[in-house]
Amino acid sequence: MKLVFERPKSLQLTKTHYCPGCGHGTIHRLVAEVMDELNIKEKTIGVAPVGCAVLAYNYFDCDMQQAAHGRAPAVATGIKRALPDRVVFTYQGDGDLAAIGTAEIIHAAARSENITVVFVNNAIYGMTGGQMAPTTLIGQRTETSPYGRDPKLAGYPIRVCEMLATLDGPSFLARVELTDVKNINRAKSYLKKAFEIQLAGKGFSLVEILSPCPTNWGMRPVDAVDWVRKEMVKVFPPGVFKEPKEGNV
Amino acid sequence: MEKILMKGNEALAEAAIRAGCQCFFGYPITPQSELPAYLAREMPKRGGVFLQAESEVAAINIVYGAAGAGARVMTSSSSPGISLKQEGISYLCGAELPCVIVNIMRGGPGLGDIQPAQSDYFQATRGGGHGDYRTIVLAPASVQELVDLVYDAFDLADMYRNPVLILGDGILGQMMEPVVFKERPARELPPKTWATTGKMGRQKPNVINSLYLDPVQLEEHNRKLQRKYQEIEEKEARWEILNGDDAEYFVVAYGICARIAHAAVEMARQEGIKVGLIRPITLWPYPKKAFEEVLSRAKAFLTVELSCGQMVEDVKLSVDGRAPVYFYGRTGGMVPTAEEIFREITKMRGHS
Repeated sequence: MKLVFERPKSLQLTKTHYCPGCGHGTIHRLVAEVMDELNIKEKTIGVAPVGCAVLAYNYFDCDMQQAAHGRAPAVATGIKRALPDRVVFTYQGDGDLAAIGTAEIIHAAARSENITVVFVNNAIYGMTGGQMAPTTLIGQRTETSPYGRDPKLAGYPIRVCEMLATLDGPSFLARVELTDVKNINRAKSYLKKAFEIQLAGKGFSLVEILSPCPTNWGMRPVDAVDWVRKEMVKVFPPGVFKEPKEGNV
Repeated sequence: MEKILMKGNEALAEAAIRAGCQCFFGYPITPQSELPAYLAREMPKRGGVFLQAESEVAAINIVYGAAGAGARVMTSSSSPGISLKQEGISYLCGAELPCVIVNIMRGGPGLGDIQPAQSDYFQATRGGGHGDYRTIVLAPASVQELVDLVYDAFDLADMYRNPVLILGDGILGQMMEPVVFKERPARELPPKTWATTGKMGRQKPNVINSLYLDPVQLEEHNRKLQRKYQEIEEKEARWEILNGDDAEYFVVAYGICARIAHAAVEMARQEGIKVGLIRPITLWPYPKKAFEEVLSRAKAFLTVELSCGQMVEDVKLSVDGRAPVYFYGRTGGMVPTAEEIFREITKMRGHS
């Protein structure tokens, strides 16, 4: 019998703790497939955030560090500066990266730190039970915006890729929605490019992935994917915001 | 060996390079700024890494990453900056990562001032951040001792997989003294098999982590840390006793305060007062044994600090009610003269 589908070598054999319909499982797999294809897992160090992906070190079969909330880009900077020939990535959610860790991500990008950031944007705090995030949409109901996010009270969602694109430092910035096969494949191609840019020594790369959180959005998984497609992409338009001038790496 | 006249902050930086410090990450703050400036100049020439971080918080977390990757790493700051680093220090202790953290203390609380102080004693010796943890705290009293303790700081950090604090003050950082960089034989240290350097064929991934969601596991982790702290308490306490052989009264002081207190002790000796000086060199572990040595003959103790009275609590714990403990302190950057301390010594004798 021909084997047509298997676990990537860069993932460990373990049970998932993620909720049904959550995007993290798919994104973990994409990162692992890219690590396999680039044959880098033996020289890769990942940095896990605080949030739902705090246990990322239980899934990836590479060395990992667990960082304080929002500090993953700083931790990754320390690893990369100490070991410049290794591959270093962070895996962060929206609360971690765009609220408590805003300074760390901006300055890692501004320094063009030669690391890759996997940014999972699901417009909510998952681990703590569904509070308003910096990327929560206007009108979106959460535990801490029970009447819907009111910009007069709670301001506006942050567009990370657009914001970082104003800097000279970043080499590659892209956003993609995790909604169907075509876009999942696109997410993988962006992630691969992001790691290739790091391997080529071209500096900071970040891929933002719009990802469903059915549990905390209070939706069925299918409806959650639909909400990403219909609502999130309106506020967070997918695309490539920055790439190396010389084109292919 | 060649004697060089050097400022405390710069001597500390040079000693760090000679002690094998590979990476330095920091953020500017007075009165320690000469230290990062020296390393910014020297590290690139001597194969090291220097990076100015965007904040104290980032700096200590960059330290975490580099320490986890197995590098000898240091950061430095002064009081308000050290407050900001507390989150990272707690994580470093939880994940058992070795590093050296320098605090050239200034006046507080809040923004305080930029003059010398010793008011971060509680923060340094009691943890400062959240959770049950300890950091080794070294308190040099001269530029030479500052240099010598830097080597020990890196070795102790690696031996115990624990952050080590060097607790100086604005005077020590700013003053110039002659210093000799002694050649030291390399200590035998445990290999960093735990470091996240990439698996490189290793069977299992290494993970640097302080998260234990299972309470049974977290309690076991905490007990393991406490066993380590107990070993450090048993083995690593350091102190110096001056004019102590026949002394009936003792002044207790550390760092720059001990230098002034020693002058006061000499003055009292001229007057025939049998007084000695206990100078803790490690503030954690606190040198309780120093007190055991003298308690049978000690009539009273006088603690002198550049604070409103912090170390005095450890003196009281060490004396355990067996003799009166007096306190004299100046704060806000005010420094007592030897005469002031001499007056306190005569008062102590008068009371007892």
